[in-house]
Parts: sequence; C-alpha cells; structure tokens
Amino acid sequence: MRRGIAATALVAALGVTLAACGGSDSGSNGGSKGSGELSGTVTWWDTSTVGSEDKVFKKIAEDFTKKHPKVTVKYVNVPFGEAQNKFKNAAQAGAGAPDVIRSEVAWTPDFANLGYLAPLDGTAALKDQDDFLEQASASTKYDGKTYAVPQVIDSMGVFYNKKIFKEAGVEVPKNIAELKTVSAKIKEKTGKTGLYLRGDDPYWFLSFLYGEGGDMVDADNKTVTFDNAAGVKAFQTVKDLVDSKAAITDATNGWDNMQSAFKDGKVAMMINGPWAVADTYAGKEFTDKANLGIAPVPAGSGGQGAPQGGHNLAVYAGSKNLDASYAFVEYMTSVENQSKITKELSLLPTRQSAYLDKTVANNPMIGFFKPVVDKAVERPWIPEGGSLFDPIKVQYTKVLTGQTTPETGAKAVGDSYRKLLKDWK
Amino acid sequence: MAVDTPSQSVVKAAGDHARGRSRGTGPKRRAPKRSLATHWYAWAMVAPVVIVIAVIIGYPLGRGIYLSLTDANERNVARTIGVNEIPATYEFVGLDNYKAALTGSQFLSTLGWTVLWTVSCVTITFALGLVFANILNRKFAGRSVYRMMLILPWAIPGFVSVFAWRFLYDERRGMLNQILTGAGLDGVPWLNDPTWAKFAVIAVNVWLGVPFMMVALLGGLQSIPGELYEAAEMDGANAWQRFRNITLPGLRSVSTTVLLLSTIWTFNMFPVIFLLTGGGPGDATQILVTQAYQFSFQISPRDFAQSSTWGVLILVLLMAFAAIYRRVLRKQGEVW
Repeated sequence: MRRGIAATALVAALGVTLAACGGSDSGSNGGSKGSGELSGTVTWWDTSTVGSEDKVFKKIAEDFTKKHPKVTVKYVNVPFGEAQNKFKNAAQAGAGAPDVIRSEVAWTPDFANLGYLAPLDGTAALKDQDDFLEQASASTKYDGKTYAVPQVIDSMGVFYNKKIFKEAGVEVPKNIAELKTVSAKIKEKTGKTGLYLRGDDPYWFLSFLYGEGGDMVDADNKTVTFDNAAGVKAFQTVKDLVDSKAAITDATNGWDNMQSAFKDGKVAMMINGPWAVADTYAGKEFTDKANLGIAPVPAGSGGQGAPQGGHNLAVYAGSKNLDASYAFVEYMTSVENQSKITKELSLLPTRQSAYLDKTVANNPMIGFFKPVVDKAVERPWIPEGGSLFDPIKVQYTKVLTGQTTPETGAKAVGDSYRKLLKDWK
Repeated sequence: MAVDTPSQSVVKAAGDHARGRSRGTGPKRRAPKRSLATHWYAWAMVAPVVIVIAVIIGYPLGRGIYLSLTDANERNVARTIGVNEIPATYEFVGLDNYKAALTGSQFLSTLGWTVLWTVSCVTITFALGLVFANILNRKFAGRSVYRMMLILPWAIPGFVSVFAWRFLYDERRGMLNQILTGAGLDGVPWLNDPTWAKFAVIAVNVWLGVPFMMVALLGGLQSIPGELYEAAEMDGANAWQRFRNITLPGLRSVSTTVLLLSTIWTFNMFPVIFLLTGGGPGDATQILVTQAYQFSFQISPRDFAQSSTWGVLILVLLMAFAAIYRRVLRKQGEVW
C-alpha cells in the first residue's frame, strides 16, 4: 500500500513536470495566437552567396526583431549547392529543418509535391499577392495552392570587362559566331581568354539550349524535347566554344574558378546573373564599377533566350512556429526590404511596386536585367522540374570533356527524362 | 549454485564468442543443446552485445535488403511533416531492381572502373609501402624523423587532405599547374579530363594509403629473425635473393591481412572520390559506393530502391571476394 502511494506520488510529480514543460514550450513557440504578439524563434536557411550577399540578408533578417521584439531570428547560410538536399534530409526526417527556406524556383514545386511546405493562401505570408510579377508568382503555385512567396527574380546576361574589350578593340558579341571572332581577337590582342563557360552546372548551359530554340521538355504536350535537333546543336555549340579555345571551362569548382578568373581579368566575359553582381564588384578589376559591362546573352541560331530564375521563401510544413514564420516571410518580401536589397546587391525585386522606388529604378543592373527578365524563358513548373538538371549535368560535362558526342549526350538526357516523367513522349 | 564453479570457463567462452562473432570466424560450434544448458550464463552475458549488433547492423542491413526488393523512392515512402502524415505507397517488385542493375550498362561500367581503381590502388600502395618499410627497417641517421613524416598522411583527417589535394589539382589556380607552367610546361587538366582525373584520384588514395601499409609491413619486418638474414648472407645469397626468400615469406601473414583489408577499404573508399571529383567529370570516376550515394541523396527524386540494390550488390561482391581469397590462402597452407 505504501509503495502504491509512493508510485502515485511519483507519477503525479512527473505529470506536473511534463505539464510544466509543455506549458513553457507552447509559451515560447506557439503562444502567439492568443495575445496577438508573435514570439519564439524563426530559423531561416538562406542560400545567398557568402561574402557579399549573405551579410545584407542577415542584417535585414535579424532586423525583424525590431518589429517583433519577442521573436528571435536564427539566420543560417547554407551553400546553394547543398541546400536542396539538406532541406530534403531534414524535412523528411522531421528534425532539424528550418522554419523558412530560401527555395530556388524549380525546387518549390518539388518540395510542395513531397508535402514539405505549408500552403500560404490566406495566411499573413501573402500580402498584396497581385503586386507580384506574374512570372515570379508562377513558380510558387502547385496544384492550385500557393506554397511560397517570390523573393528575387533573375535571368542571365553576358558580363564583360570593358577595359579588355577596349584594349582588343571589339564590341560585345550578339551571337555565337561573333562570340567566337571576338574571343579570337581578344586572345590575339591581349592574350586573354574570351569566355568562361561554366561547365559543372547545367543552369549555365540553358541559354545555349534556348538560343537554339530548344527546351528541356514541353510540359503542355507532355513531350521530352531535349534530344531533338536543337538540344544536339546546343551541345555542339558549347563543345565548339571550348575546342576552339574561345572559352575555358572546368568540370569541378566552376563557380569559384569563374568568379576569380573574371574578377582578376583573366577572362573577358562570363555568362552570369544578378546574384553575381555584388561578388564581381568586389574583384580588383572592378573597383571602378563602370568597368563592368553587361549585355544580353549571345543568340544562337534560334534567337536569344535566357532562363528565368529566382528564389522564393517557403515555410516548412512541420514548423513549430508557423505564425511567426508567415510574418517573417511577409516582412522579407515587403516592398521596403526588396528595395533595400536592390540598393545593396542589385538583385531584382519581385513586387511591381518596388520598381517604382527611385533607387531601384535608377540602378543600372536593374535597368539592364528587368527587360531581360520580361523576355526570359520560363521553365516548366512541374514537381520534376528540380530533377531535370541532374541528367544534363552528367552529359553536359561528358560532352565538354569529350567523353561522349553531342548526339549520344542529348539522347542520354532524353532517355533519363522519359524514365523520370512516366508516360511522356 | 552452478554459477560459482564454472565462472572461469564461462567468461572465457563468452569472450571467445564475442570475438568470434565480430570477426566472422567463429570457433567450432558445439552441440547447441548442451551449450545452452551448461553455458546459459555465457549466453546471458553475450546477449547485450548480440542485441546491440542486431539493432545497429542487422536492422539497417535487413531494411536495405528489403528496400532493394521494392520500388521505394522519395515520393512514395512514409513521412511525417508537422501534422501531415503521409503513408508509404511503395510496392514489392521482387528482383526487378537486380535484373535492371545487372543487365543495364551503368552498373557494369561502374564496376569495371571500381575494380580497376581497387586493383591499381592496392598494388601501388602495397609496393610503395613495402619499399618504404624496407628502407625504414635499416638503421640510419634520422630514421625516426622519416618514420614520422611518412606517417603524416595518416594522421591528417582524410577529408582535410583530400580538400588540400583538390586545391593542388585545380587546373587554373592549383599549385601543381603553377609549378608546371613555371617550368615552361603545359598545365595538366588534373580533374577536368577523364583520364587525368582517374590518375589523380588514384594518386591521392595511394598517398593516403601508404602509411598504413608501411606501418603494418614494418611491424612484420621486425618480427623476422635477423639470424635468417645472417645465415643467408653466409651462404652467399644476394640482396634480391634475401628479399625474395626471407622477407616476402616472412611477411606473408601480415601482407595477406593488409591486402584484404586494403582491398575492402579501397573498394568502398567514399571520401576520396566524393570530395575530390564528386564522381566527375561526368561520371568518369564514379565508383559503386559514390554512385549508390548519388542515387539515394543527390538525384531527385531520390531512388532508395536502386541505391540499396547497389549496396547489396557491393556487399555480395566483397563477401565473394573475401571467401575466394580465404580459400586460395587455405589451399596454399596458410592458416587464417
């Protein structure tokens, strides 16, 4: 009997402790609803370039606390190349995932399809949804619901070193043929290489594919289009650029090599997007910002085409602090903060009203990129969108290093697409 | 009552059993009935170890084999996200995955390179290790300094040295090419050309593997009695003959073990390939384990079924290798 009492007392004591724990837990995380004041911690995984963009984003993110003093923002920079997998690991395991993730446009439908993202319709995260550029909103929708809020939008152009161009006495190439002659002339006059072609990331290949009038898939007709004539031609084009020494490339470490080669003035051109602007300005060739020129990507035989990209902010469905996360996403994508980001980093806002801001309107990078984005080629926003790059990555590098022919390479990509997209032609 | 008297033998038996288990070379099994009756205490003592091993090795292994018989991937496995619970919808497909792996070209071509990589790494590492061990077995000034320096690659964490090598190999900014161009030669596309990349990964793995071989073989060399060499010298044997007829047979027990270990390690040497080339350029340096990892963690949607199929095939291949190796040794009269 005595024992029974002791045991009961122990259970009761445990119960009280547990209840207390639970109480404090909800107090720190989810207790925001009752009082109307947000509290708790919001962990944000950012994927921006370390050394230039990350500082600005960190500052703005942490300033969220000024509006909501009880909320702590935990800023984590995850390298872009690893973020997709890291988030998937954490989200699937149900542990260690952030509350908010900066999701690349193609990842968003994939994450949403896997059930990792919280639908945002009707939440505080989506404010003035009509204000967002239509193109930017497209990637945030999946199956009739909105799963993310567009943060930045981008496309690609040719970055060129004006000094080298002047030295060689050349103009910006408008198409692939000119790109080759210009590069040859630069080599002859200055000994430098014309173009750095990023060979380890298929995203940098897209403008060549679009330039030949090709595309990865035709989502409307459920057809794989990569292995038709345009895809083969695009592979031939990049291979020819490298073989003719108009361009140099690397199979690994491409981003660092590209940035350092361009920043140190070893190559005259690179194809890149607004996300590279801040980092490029930090290079010794560009201490005078005016030395950086920017032009549309060279056209292929099918015209000119650059991919439309960008990043969204999405909320993890398993977040313990949804309300604060929604508010954080809204805050990060507000007109005010978008203008601030543009001013510091020359990234393109996703809100139409942000373009009315003077600092945004007068930014030369925006002046160039906005029309490019308007014409940019949209990728298919299907859940498999994020899976389309892996097959290209292998074959693209294989073609560039001469391990396979453009024809076999394109065919191999097409075959793996058909395996991935069941019942597609 | 019986607990006190046979405690000595019981402890011994328990020890034997535990050791036997972990090495996979158990002692001759006694009749189970008698063993259970007399050695119940021993069984009770090893039970925790057996359970822990079953949980940490048996469960993942069983799960891996099971997954390899299904079509599980990222989209159809069970997952819990916040309040949403998504049930598993993958199906049992029998041996389809194995059929696909063994008839497709990808597995076989990756296996080909994996074998080439293992054979060349192990032979070069063993040869170099033997040379260094023989040099260091002599008495000369500063021997301990040399020994320490040669062990250094082993002392640095693997991923650190692999990253260091990656910087050295960089085609444009790496030190190796700067030295080459400084000497008026053309730079080498170390990691950008498939053949050179293969060479580069083998070189790094040899660099990493030599210290282990050297230390193990040095230990073996020191256990060979000096009298044998003296006697051979008296009989007029030259250096090569002494090496061939005393050193090599004397090292046999050590070298068979290190060769087996080294083969298994190299076959599954994930960090060198993954961190140095990521399997590239293209998939030129992809070995079986890195490709299996890629299936389950890098491609999208993640293909758990195919990845575990490859994992099971790796296990089978290595087990077959170990069994054949053991049989060959036994035929040659080696007790192992």
